[in-house]
Amino acid sequence: MIEFISQPWPWYVSGTVIALVMFLLLYEGKTFGMSSNLRTMCSMAGGDKLSDFFRFDWKSQRWNLIVVLGALIGGYIAANFLTLETTVDLNPATIASLVDLGFENPGGEYIPGKIFGLEAITSLKGLLILIGGGFLVGFGARYAGGCTSGHAISGLSDLQVPSLIAVIGFFIGGLAMTHLLLPHIF
Amino acid sequence: MKYVRYILIGMLFGIVMYKSQAVSWYRIYEMFRFEAFHMYGIIGTAVTLGLLITQGIKRFKLKSWKGVPIQFAPKNKSITRYLFGGIIFGLGWALAGACPGPMYVLVGSGEFAVLIVIGGALLGTLAYGMLRKHLPH
Repeated sequence: MIEFISQPWPWYVSGTVIALVMFLLLYEGKTFGMSSNLRTMCSMAGGDKLSDFFRFDWKSQRWNLIVVLGALIGGYIAANFLTLETTVDLNPATIASLVDLGFENPGGEYIPGKIFGLEAITSLKGLLILIGGGFLVGFGARYAGGCTSGHAISGLSDLQVPSLIAVIGFFIGGLAMTHLLLPHIF
Repeated sequence: MKYVRYILIGMLFGIVMYKSQAVSWYRIYEMFRFEAFHMYGIIGTAVTLGLLITQGIKRFKLKSWKGVPIQFAPKNKSITRYLFGGIIFGLGWALAGACPGPMYVLVGSGEFAVLIVIGGALLGTLAYGMLRKHLPH
């Protein structure tokens, strides 16, 4: 049992639990949408003085911040008590392409040190990558009115055409970054 | 005490996302190169079951545990905002390798560099709020 838990969990377990999380939030009378929290945090920090987009009753969104806190605790528990090896078993073709981009030992750690390591976050280029990536995620999620949880999971489950358009957009952007831009960035 | 359930739901989400490596930059990169089924399996399973759950709730007019009918707000019809916003989001997703939920899971797991990504995401959200009136929707 311990051995099974400490290994990476298969996709069907993950997909099932994500659907369960969506259901539990619906059963609470809420919705599954993670990026809304970024707007809530902007409001809490005084963003309402900069734009009326942040002028709303953020206290009504407190429950979602608590979900985020839970996700953080979950990450802590999973990494510290439920995981023995943090390697990621990648397709050899993926590894080869990353080696070409200058990544050392791809998949040898949970997320690449080349992007998230100490050397990266203390260099200007590394900081720009992390801030820029986050900026695009935050800007795009609000522009599109949702992220992976709100559109790809909740929206597609509700057969919403706008969510399908958003998910197509996610993939256009993701494919462009992975195939056209990353080779120039790294 | 009423928030305990939300903490538990969040923990369930965080544990499964970390354990299935759905919050690993590598898995996102691999997905956009179509070199593994893993992420497609996760999203496909979640959407298939989510579809059954959502249609079931509508068919049987299920109520929340508080007795309020569960409702789904239809999203405003448009193409521009979803397509443009989606593309911008996708560019960031593939660069940072994390979307808004997984960012917190990673911080919890001890990857503190991701706090910088969250900072960027807050800046992006702020920028959208300030530019919103000038953007096509």
